[in-house]
Formats: sequence, structure tokens, C-alpha cells
Amino acid sequence: MAENREFYWRRLHSLLGVIPVGIFLIQHLIVNNFATRGEQAFNDAAVFMEGLPFRIFLEIFIIFLPLYFHAIYGVYIAFTAKNNPKRYGTFRNWMFVLQRVTGVFTLIFVTWHIWETRIQAALGAHVDFGMMEAILADPFMLVFYIAGVVSTTFHFANGLWSFLVTWGITISPRSQQISTYITMGVFVALTYVGVSAILAFV
Amino acid sequence: MTAAETMTEQKMIRFEIYRQDDLDSTPYMEEFEIPYRPNMNVISALMEIRRNPYNKKGEKTAPVSWDMGCLEEVCGACSMVINGSPRQSCTALIDQLEQPIRLEPMKTFPVVRDLQVDRSRMFDSLKKVKAWIPIDGTYDLGPGPRMPEKRRQWAYELSKCMTCGVCLEACPNVNSKSDFIGPAPLSQVRLFNAHPTGAMNKSERLNTIMGEGGLGDCGNSQNCVQACPKGIPLTTSIAALNRDTNLQMFRNFFGSDQEA
Repeated sequence: MAENREFYWRRLHSLLGVIPVGIFLIQHLIVNNFATRGEQAFNDAAVFMEGLPFRIFLEIFIIFLPLYFHAIYGVYIAFTAKNNPKRYGTFRNWMFVLQRVTGVFTLIFVTWHIWETRIQAALGAHVDFGMMEAILADPFMLVFYIAGVVSTTFHFANGLWSFLVTWGITISPRSQQISTYITMGVFVALTYVGVSAILAFV
Repeated sequence: MTAAETMTEQKMIRFEIYRQDDLDSTPYMEEFEIPYRPNMNVISALMEIRRNPYNKKGEKTAPVSWDMGCLEEVCGACSMVINGSPRQSCTALIDQLEQPIRLEPMKTFPVVRDLQVDRSRMFDSLKKVKAWIPIDGTYDLGPGPRMPEKRRQWAYELSKCMTCGVCLEACPNVNSKSDFIGPAPLSQVRLFNAHPTGAMNKSERLNTIMGEGGLGDCGNSQNCVQACPKGIPLTTSIAALNRDTNLQMFRNFFGSDQEA
């Protein structure tokens, strides 16, 4: 039994997607949303977040390690599937495919986003309203950021649905149906929070 | 039908059959046309081809090879992909199928010849998860605990599994890149764990499906429950086993040595 750890990796993958990565996502989108209250409000929030004590440890253990474990193991999961939505065009099978597509796209987006903001900050750039305004002034980047946020919120919300199944919380078809409605509500709500923040920069 | 009618207008059934001479040879498609008779199913049509093995072009060909057993959708042997859907050919009625009727083997399994596949991996999985109730011993163990009637009726639905392989064919995570055992043997774990005597080996079965190719490989596409010809609640079984294996995982790590 001890030689194959896939079951445990999968469980860890499911857990980390929600705690802490999903929680961090919600927090990040909420803080971004300060942008809708004006440049000063956003910059104040950014300064507060930057000034958190033990920031580098928070970033490493709550963001980067869980995020990249989830992402890299997720790519392995995505590429071991043989998608067949043409033959089985059911809602759940499409969600299965979309979860894999958005997972890979979110990894590309998030990696680019970290390069453009956090790594640039480490190299001396100043992360503030002006930085995001400059990035989103390019129409291509605006579309890329909106697509990235929608992909991320979908992946999180639908991942929450399968989290509930994986952890044995929703067993009956009815509970799985209701959790579909609830998680799609989460998708719509978080997409609003994220996209309205992006649009505040343009 | 009068003799004149038979002469002038014999209705024909068109088939496109994907053939393969052996495990490693390249598949090819061959067309057939056979005379219509009322109430035919795919098997009686294949028997007609076997009786008179000529393809549509009139060339003599090797009869099509396929598997069959019970002819009443309880053995699972005659499963194949009919017009894109994996199902049993015995209950695939010609009158209900769109023509040309396309027959393919279930390629998730090794193709023995033509439409015949080797489902050994499913039987190996059943052995691996111990999908039985161990009662053999050197002396009479006496009667086991009674099973509540309500649970027996529920378990009967899970026991309808005929190892036909349709759920494995439908599952996107059962493929050559993965060693996932598929939904059918997982649901059997739930069946035998629900039995009062079978429950005595519950943790053993759960630990097995927490290993290689086990429950962790499910991706919740839920195609299996849609495809199952017996209407077995496979995704409910999988979710229930998720709960059981998680508890087992915590028990293994935090629990005492008594909780086998």
C-alpha cells in the first residue's frame, strides 16, 4: 500500500485548491476591488498588504508552494485524461473538460501575472494603481487579464464542486445538483468582484 | 409479404463494421448489406453475416468476430460501440438504430479480433479489490449476521453490474495513460462493504482502492452513470467511497491499532 501515494496526492491537491489557494484568491480579488473606490483607496490597500509582518513567509507557505503544487500536479491530471465531450455531451462531462482547460490557462495567466507584478516588485518596481493602469492600457493585456480572471474564478468555483465530492460531503445526486447551483453562483459573484476591479483601471 | 414483393424490393440493412485482424494490426472499415427481417438485433445481423460472409461489394470476406453469451443483457459479453455509444449488441434492436449502423470494438480494452475485446483487466480488478464475501474455512462458521431487507433491496441494484465494460469505455480517465481501474469495480467495493459479513473486510477493500489505479483517479466527469446499461448509481457509489476512504485515511494515520 505504501508504495503508491497517488490517492494522498490527489486529496492534498483537492484540499490545497480550496485551502489556502481558494481562500487567497477570494482575498486577492476583494483587495483588488478597492480600485473601484479610486486610486488612493487601492494604493492604501496595496501598502497595507505589502506591509504585513512576515510577508515573505505568508507568500511562500500560503501562496507559492500550495499554488504551484496544485498547478503542476493539476497539469499531470489534465494530461492523463482522454476527453470525450463529443461522445458524451453531458453538462458534467463538459465541466470536466473545462476544469482542465481553465486549469492550464489559469497556470499560464497566474505565472505571467506573478512575473509582471510580484517579481518586478522584487526587482525594484513599485506595485500601485499606476502599474496596473499601465499594464491594462494595452487592449491585448486587458483581454488577457479578463480572460485570466474568468478562467480562475471558474476553475475555483467548479473545483469547489468536485472538492465537495472528493471529500465525501455531497454524495447523493440531489446534493450534487444543488452544489452545482451554489458553486456556479460563487463563479458569477467572484467574476463580478474580479472583473469590476480590472475595469476600474481603464 | 408476397413472392413478387420479395423479388422487387427486399429491404436491406447497411452496416459499417470496424475490423481488426489481431491485437496489433491496423483497423479497417468494411461495409455490409444484409436482408432485413422483422425484430432483428445487432447479434442476429452479425449471425447473418457469419452465415453468408460477403461484404457490400460482393467480395467474400472473413466472418466478423464478436463475443456474446446470455442474449438478454445480463452477462455483459456482447458490449461494443454501436453508432458511437458503448452498449450491449443483444439489446440493440435494428428497428431503433439509424443506418448505416456503425459497429466498433470498445477500444479501451485490447482488441482480440474485430468486435471482440479482452475484458480481463476488469476481472483482475475484481480480484484485486476482493469483490466477494470470504466464508470458506476449515470448519462451519455458523450463520452470519442478518442483512436488513431494505438494505438488501438497495444492494440488489449494485449487484446488477455485469462487468460489461461500458462505464470504462465512457470514462475519460480510463485510458492507456492511466491505470485507473474504473467505476465498475469501485461500486463493487461499496456493494461488498455493505454486506454484514463482507463488512468484516471493509478496511482491507478501502485500503486497496486507496492504492494504485484506485479511487483517487476519478475525475468526476460522471459519464459512467450516464452510460451504465443497468442504471447503477456509480457516481453515488464513488462519492460514498470518497467519504469512506477519507475516514479510513484518517483512521490509518490517527487511529489506534485496534481499528483494523
